[in-house]
Amino acid sequence: MSQHNVSININGTEHSHDVDARLLLVHYIRENCDLTGTHIGCDSTSCGACTVIVDGRAIKSCTMFAVQASGKEVETIEGVADGGLHPIQEGFWEMHGLQCGYCTPGMIMCAKTLLEKNPDPTEEEIRWGISGNLCRCTGYNKIVEAIQYAAEKINQPEAASA
Amino acid sequence: MAIYHDPSKPKHVADRVEIKTKVKDGASAEVPTTHDVTTTTPKEICGIGHRMKRKEDPRFIQGKGRYVDDFKLPGMLYMDIVRSPYAHAKILEIDASEALAMDGVLAVITGKDLEAHGLHWMPTLMSDTQMVLPTDKVVYYAQEVCAVIATDRYTAADAIEAVYVDYEPLKPVVSPFDALKDEVIVRDDKEIRTNRIWHWEVGDEAATDAIFDSATTVIKETMYIPRIHVSSIETCGMVANYNPATEKMQIYMTTQAPHAVRTVFALVTGLPEQKIQIISPDIGGGFGGKVPVYPGYVIGAVASLLIGKPVKWIEDRSENLQADSFARDYHLEAEMAADENGKIVGLRVNGLADHGCADSAANPSKFPAGLFSICTGSYDMKAAHVNFDAVYTNKPPGGVAYRCSFRVTEAVHMVERLTSMMAHELGVDPAAYRMNNFIKPEQFPYESPTGWEYDSGNYHAALEKAMEMIDYDGLRKEQLEKRERGELMGIGISSFTEVVGAGPAKDYDILGIKMFDSAEIRVHPTGKAIARFGTKSQGQGHETTYAQIIAEVLGIPALDIDIEEGDTDTAPYGLGTYASRSTPTAGAAAAMAARKIKAKARKIAAHLLEAHEDDLEWNVSQWQVKGSPDKAKTIQEIAFAAYTDHPDDLQAGLEATDYYNPPNLTFPFGSYICVVDIDKGTGEIHIRRFVAIDDCGNIINPLVVEGQVHGGLTMGLAPAMYEEIVYDENGQCLTGTLADYLVPTAVESPKWETGHTITPSPHHPIGAKGVGESPTVGAPPAIANAVVDAMWHLGVRHIDIPITPEKVWQALRDAGVTE
Ligand code: FES
Ligand code: FES
Repeated sequence: MSQHNVSININGTEHSHDVDARLLLVHYIRENCDLTGTHIGCDSTSCGACTVIVDGRAIKSCTMFAVQASGKEVETIEGVADGGLHPIQEGFWEMHGLQCGYCTPGMIMCAKTLLEKNPDPTEEEIRWGISGNLCRCTGYNKIVEAIQYAAEKINQPEAASA
Repeated sequence: MAIYHDPSKPKHVADRVEIKTKVKDGASAEVPTTHDVTTTTPKEICGIGHRMKRKEDPRFIQGKGRYVDDFKLPGMLYMDIVRSPYAHAKILEIDASEALAMDGVLAVITGKDLEAHGLHWMPTLMSDTQMVLPTDKVVYYAQEVCAVIATDRYTAADAIEAVYVDYEPLKPVVSPFDALKDEVIVRDDKEIRTNRIWHWEVGDEAATDAIFDSATTVIKETMYIPRIHVSSIETCGMVANYNPATEKMQIYMTTQAPHAVRTVFALVTGLPEQKIQIISPDIGGGFGGKVPVYPGYVIGAVASLLIGKPVKWIEDRSENLQADSFARDYHLEAEMAADENGKIVGLRVNGLADHGCADSAANPSKFPAGLFSICTGSYDMKAAHVNFDAVYTNKPPGGVAYRCSFRVTEAVHMVERLTSMMAHELGVDPAAYRMNNFIKPEQFPYESPTGWEYDSGNYHAALEKAMEMIDYDGLRKEQLEKRERGELMGIGISSFTEVVGAGPAKDYDILGIKMFDSAEIRVHPTGKAIARFGTKSQGQGHETTYAQIIAEVLGIPALDIDIEEGDTDTAPYGLGTYASRSTPTAGAAAAMAARKIKAKARKIAAHLLEAHEDDLEWNVSQWQVKGSPDKAKTIQEIAFAAYTDHPDDLQAGLEATDYYNPPNLTFPFGSYICVVDIDKGTGEIHIRRFVAIDDCGNIINPLVVEGQVHGGLTMGLAPAMYEEIVYDENGQCLTGTLADYLVPTAVESPKWETGHTITPSPHHPIGAKGVGESPTVGAPPAIANAVVDAMWHLGVRHIDIPITPEKVWQALRDAGVTE
């Protein structure tokens, strides 16, 4: 197996390792960098538990090799908050957008890019926006509300915290 | 579908059935039904009824949950499993030499290796046996054949490809009806050569037959409740960590029942039980799929024991879907009888259960078909009889719940479909028909014809509320108008009764272990507390709701109470979390243990206040002298005194344990109404609205209950419209990935509209009943009834779930509607 040196900026920190060409990005994040907030739920790019943000786009890190991410900026759940909680994290807590929490980091990363592209999404747009991420526990109602909460808070920081 | 009438008796029409439309809430004096959640504690304490944000959430939203795959121990090895490509085959040879020659491969474990330790077979929860690894033949597709242990997961995955297995394929038995013929025997390890596992009957057969003989209307339907899979987003896995120096086996594993697993491991392996520690860390969803002990767990533990190093095994999704325990898979032939007034009088069921290659259902021992006999549901009828057979087939073993209590879903689906069919057949509105047939509030506690004693209920109130919320009458008008225009719209109702909280020790056990559950509470000197339980949350929110129960009783703020579960070295023994049993059992234990502490606190307060115990009264969070609230000791002051200034005749400390044995099960219920629009051209079903009114007794946390209901509803939608584990004629699983096994996304899942009525359980210490599963039980027939309601006038009588556009399109085509 050919070895390659990768250097990936994850949550603002440079990581550099010699890895097998076939090492999946999700395993690199979880095992080489010990960031276990990114989860694995399938082997067919179906569940979205492994969603991270690579150069501003939400991707499923189980379907990208670590070598493909070399030189890129990766953001994981451990990096979303800038001190305290990100409004999306807050939304998930406030609105009960999680139960077992296994899908939650992937959902939050997906929601983050969704709101960056579309700061004021309709319910329908939110549902389609997270349709690549499966949740078995919540029935999605409260995930949608969590994202709506975050959108409102990001758009009008004052109003939502009042 | 056979509907037959006795021609000598008149066929009924709507106006001859007396319909009760308005029933007063709370007709039963002891257990009144209310609508509003009330609280007795202030927000700072957050006792029962508060909409408290979950205490466990901060770690999850920050990616700091600790799931099994997150544990990395020094020197840890990885296991991967070679699986059978055949559903039924002889194993002629396993050649692992190439795999063993690979760098980083330490061992290949086969059935023969396990046989040397007597571990190649294991008992199932239903006292059947199941192979851990085969020595001579495989009996299902994707069965574990041997395991590779390697230094990392990629090497292990490579090595399983390098194991050469020579099979001689045998004819498989795929259909349970073929299994009955006993032409091919699945389990030739058994003395008796048959595929039949058990036969089970409940109810009075003669009385039921007599009722059917004299009935005016009888409807009959064949239904299949398909094989499905819980598919929690986290698969199953473990890290087995045997320490040769201490001889202790520590196992991190995805289990809903850690204590029972410890005992099973001790019995199976012969290891002393005190040397086994099962740690069930954060669990990424369970829903019943994490109750059984799978072969992988045993092999991983043996590998760690033999090698003396930690071994990690994490299933991939395909292994999870193809080999882990399935749910449902019941074939039913069901009949319902009505008298000359259209009143339901009897139910008769013949069932065939497909258990795959072993009966590894997770039922209480005495209940081979689980609690299926609850099948008379919410309706007061005279007699019922259930007749069941179970067979082996060449499929994975199982029979676990899928977010439900032991086969209740199958029962509810059947009775709710039949009830709607009967209403349609009699020309009566299905809502009015239910109102007229419900068990009445004053009949509780109600003894059902199959022997259950329902604790409390008010079915009329729940249905009435759902009808009001959805504007039922308006919808029926709209439906008529649409029908005139040739548009298909349907309204489906399901008014289910659940049975949860197993259970009273006299009838309920798993492998002989009684189904009590436990709580142990310790109040620290500063008035903060820790409580440990025998259950194990997989997302249900125990860290919050148990704390609220204790806060309610002791007045200690819920935020000051830590809840721990899942470590068998520290938690009290319990049977675990499934079948909505946590609140009915461990939740009750929490209240009872807290009451013991409160009683001791009273003695300490009396000592501190120099008053007589009898002169004290409790007020939210303090014991006070009756009539003089200024002479009081708060629970925090009392806790401090328990360690610093306790009376001479009392022991120090403030703690209590309770092992709660419920006197009965609890019977949550609800009424759901679903509205669908059907595209005549494509058969596509659009769920326009879905209103769910649940009654789970007293509500501990409305926010958590809403979440549980929403999640349960989507897991009810799933088998109703999307999910089914399908096999081809060779027994190959065709739905082994999430690309084929269709778990609903946020797009398929409707915006659920929920509400509640509150009819407390009279026997539960806090009047709660449990809720996590009711919606999974109640939703599928509401959806199926809506679809059939849209097409009944075209002659469509029944469609089996999952109701796909293709099935609808086919039904419409058969009815001559689409080309
Ligand atoms: S792990 Fe399921 S999509 Fe990546
Ligand atoms: S919260 Fe459990 S899978 Fe989403």
